[in-house]
Amino acid sequence: MTDTPKGALSPKEAAKYVAGSIAARNRSESWFQFWGRSAIALALAFLILLFVGILSQGIPGMFQHYVILEVELHKDRLDPQGNMSEDSLYAGDAGGLVNEAIMRALDDPQGRKQKRAARSIMSSGSALRLNHFLKDNLDLIGQTVTVKFAVDDDIDSFLRGFITRETPDADRRINNAVIAFVDKLSADGRISYEFSDYLFTGSASRNAEIAGIKGALVGSIWTLLVCILIAFPLGVGTAIYLEEIAPKNRFTEIIEININNLAAVPSVVFGIMGLAIFIVFFGLPRSIPLVGGIVLALMTLPTIIISSRAAIRAVPPSIRDAALGVGASRMQTIFHHVIPLAMPGILTGTIIGMAQALGETAPLLMIGMVAFIVDVPSGMLEPATALPVQIFMWADFAERMFIQKTSAAIIVLLAFLITMNAGAIILRKKLERRW
Amino acid sequence: MSLTSLVLSVLMIGAVYFFMGQRLITRYRSLGKAKAHSLPHYHGLWAALTSILPGLILLVIWSIGDDFLFKQMVKDFYPTEILSMGTMDQAVVRAKIMNVVEGIAFGTPEPWIQAAGEAWISWKSTSDLALTVLAIAVSVGSGFCGYRQINPEFRSRNNVERILLWALALSSMVAILTTLGIVLSVLFESIRFFKLVPPQDFLLGLEWNPQFEGAERAGSGGGTATYGMLPMFVGTFLISAIALFVAVPVGLFASIYLAEYATTRVRAVVKPLLEILAGVPTVVYGFFAALTVAPFVKSVGESMGLEVASESALAAGLVMGVMIIPFISSLSDDVINAVPQALRDAAYGLGSTKSETVRQVVLPAALPGIVAAVILAVSRAIGETMIVVMAAGLAANLSFNPLDAVTTVTSQIVTILVGDQEFESAKTLSAFALALILILITLSLNFLALQVVKKYREQYD
Repeated sequence: MTDTPKGALSPKEAAKYVAGSIAARNRSESWFQFWGRSAIALALAFLILLFVGILSQGIPGMFQHYVILEVELHKDRLDPQGNMSEDSLYAGDAGGLVNEAIMRALDDPQGRKQKRAARSIMSSGSALRLNHFLKDNLDLIGQTVTVKFAVDDDIDSFLRGFITRETPDADRRINNAVIAFVDKLSADGRISYEFSDYLFTGSASRNAEIAGIKGALVGSIWTLLVCILIAFPLGVGTAIYLEEIAPKNRFTEIIEININNLAAVPSVVFGIMGLAIFIVFFGLPRSIPLVGGIVLALMTLPTIIISSRAAIRAVPPSIRDAALGVGASRMQTIFHHVIPLAMPGILTGTIIGMAQALGETAPLLMIGMVAFIVDVPSGMLEPATALPVQIFMWADFAERMFIQKTSAAIIVLLAFLITMNAGAIILRKKLERRW
Repeated sequence: MSLTSLVLSVLMIGAVYFFMGQRLITRYRSLGKAKAHSLPHYHGLWAALTSILPGLILLVIWSIGDDFLFKQMVKDFYPTEILSMGTMDQAVVRAKIMNVVEGIAFGTPEPWIQAAGEAWISWKSTSDLALTVLAIAVSVGSGFCGYRQINPEFRSRNNVERILLWALALSSMVAILTTLGIVLSVLFESIRFFKLVPPQDFLLGLEWNPQFEGAERAGSGGGTATYGMLPMFVGTFLISAIALFVAVPVGLFASIYLAEYATTRVRAVVKPLLEILAGVPTVVYGFFAALTVAPFVKSVGESMGLEVASESALAAGLVMGVMIIPFISSLSDDVINAVPQALRDAAYGLGSTKSETVRQVVLPAALPGIVAAVILAVSRAIGETMIVVMAAGLAANLSFNPLDAVTTVTSQIVTILVGDQEFESAKTLSAFALALILILITLSLNFLALQVVKKYREQYD
């Protein structure tokens, strides 16, 4: 041990060297761990911030203020033609009755300004609401009934404290007369704060208090229906073909490269393709769920194909050999044995793909599903909008109450997405078999 | 009949043939004549498929074809001076005719437009009637031919399976058709755009002002439309760079911690939570960026005495970075886990601490995968649309300052193409040229990521 090579350390020196550096090395070790922990903490903090932000705006957005009024259901004035038809109700004077009710509740204010202030408390959807109430309660006709009406969104903002009394009268969206009336209504116990029944039943509207997501939700459902009807068979078919049937040659390689490339194409490009091909070239109408569904299907196809292929590949060859051995044809082997066993994986991939499609906005903007559509679409050929697009449109509106409505719509969208993803996880846990 | 009910009736006819075919073969069997080659439901399927497929193919071709045909036929009504006009004015004329067809009247249309519209209506009703009769006749007729073929010796199973094989092969062609559709639609419109605006002006121009197009055409001299894409290119680059500046360190450190340090329990909780970030729709991130982050960035910046635009690149980039974190962390997590344990054990055996092992052994081994993940993240950031549309604004400033408002390729595409477009104007076509650039960039990044993995991946086993 005496012939230490030149320049090398003797064991003793080396031990001393190591011992001297240990403190620094341990310090750097704990710094490294600290950075790792902070990275995770930072990412989770973003997540919490996002959810707290959305929930704190969105949960109040699911509620709204109502004013409770006694209305006389005057038969002749509500329904002049006496047949309860849309036309007759439209020609009727529901607005006038609501108007009288609010005036009565405020002890008949005098003067044009006062009357206008009283009227401005009511939402512009009040007459329609009275007509709906009448349709649901035909037996109450002729009586005086208690109905709850939505208040105008500015009043709602005031009641939530977004519009303050301290602001000078001229800078406020509602003037002192209106505030005095609102105070009187709350003192009389006529103002209630409850779950918004417009959120799920109302359609698109520029008035925040009566805007709802019904139309958008139904549009999303139609779009997803088209999407799954196209993407599921095509995706699974492609996966079967590539995994079970296709020879490994240049052609299948091209298909595989194509699928991987499609997975990387930005979603907005699929929208552009939909616009150029389905709307401009084939002349299909704009804004319809059919085109939206096709575009989203083409976009989610790679997701479904890739996960289906993985699921099919995971089925052990012995299953195929056994089926072939007892005389099943190749198609029977695939459809009677391989696919049922691969189904949990295939369905998981499909649900994840559908969740992607449900949250997607950009391609739908391109094909015009961003129009202002009041009617609830009744088919895949009717103009429609979709939930994320509705969120996008509402986010652009300046009114204070739309921020809360938008957050409420986001909560609904996230609830759907979380349910779908949780479903996929449960499916995978429950049904997936390990070989 | 409407298209939906026609499709349903064809399917019904097919269902009837299915049961007829099945019954026919079971009757043969009960007569004890011969053992059938295929199981009864294959015979039923054969009869049903021979009836449904021709019917549906006819329906599809007819309903796509009739509009094209009518568009040609309606030209007979055009006065000669309209035929010599550009395609854009012809489209206006056709829209007027379609208004007559759909019964929407804006004033009194010119008599020849009224006549063309009425002719269109009568063609349409004739065509619908003919389609109804033909589709039902074809599916009944060809189904009957298939049904007639059924007998115990008939190889129904083989025939049905051959059809199935073709269906599977065709469905795998859809991926190719989609790619082709994307490339061709974008390419053709881009070529039209480059005829109007020279490519060098587009690629190297420093100013982007398509909104002046209307003024220019009207000759009011409000300014000239310019189509230089560099400001957007810079904007896209700036926002993506900010996003990566957030996402790469956070995502990478998170994945290292999860893979090397975290206990299984922590991992089982944190990993799904990170994946929630990936599942949040981009429109939600956009809303969050515009509503919460942008004002926050502005107020922080202003409290430090900086001038911050209310739609700053920084806000959009930060939120986009958050969106990309799970993308980077899950991809690098996979790569880090793929590094064999033996390498770590060897490093520990030499006396390294855990962090030294990670930094000097695991990370170098995982580097190609991590680089590929980062490249893919860049491609995601460049293609991301909703966040920038909602939070980054539209001002096409050529600026590298993250506190300025910038615009990106995707947000310009959306701005141009949302709403009504005229497919003749350079403004609309410019969106396709931008899309072409976008596709080229994302695909080449993808290709690059693939090459990095292919070239530098270590084979351990």
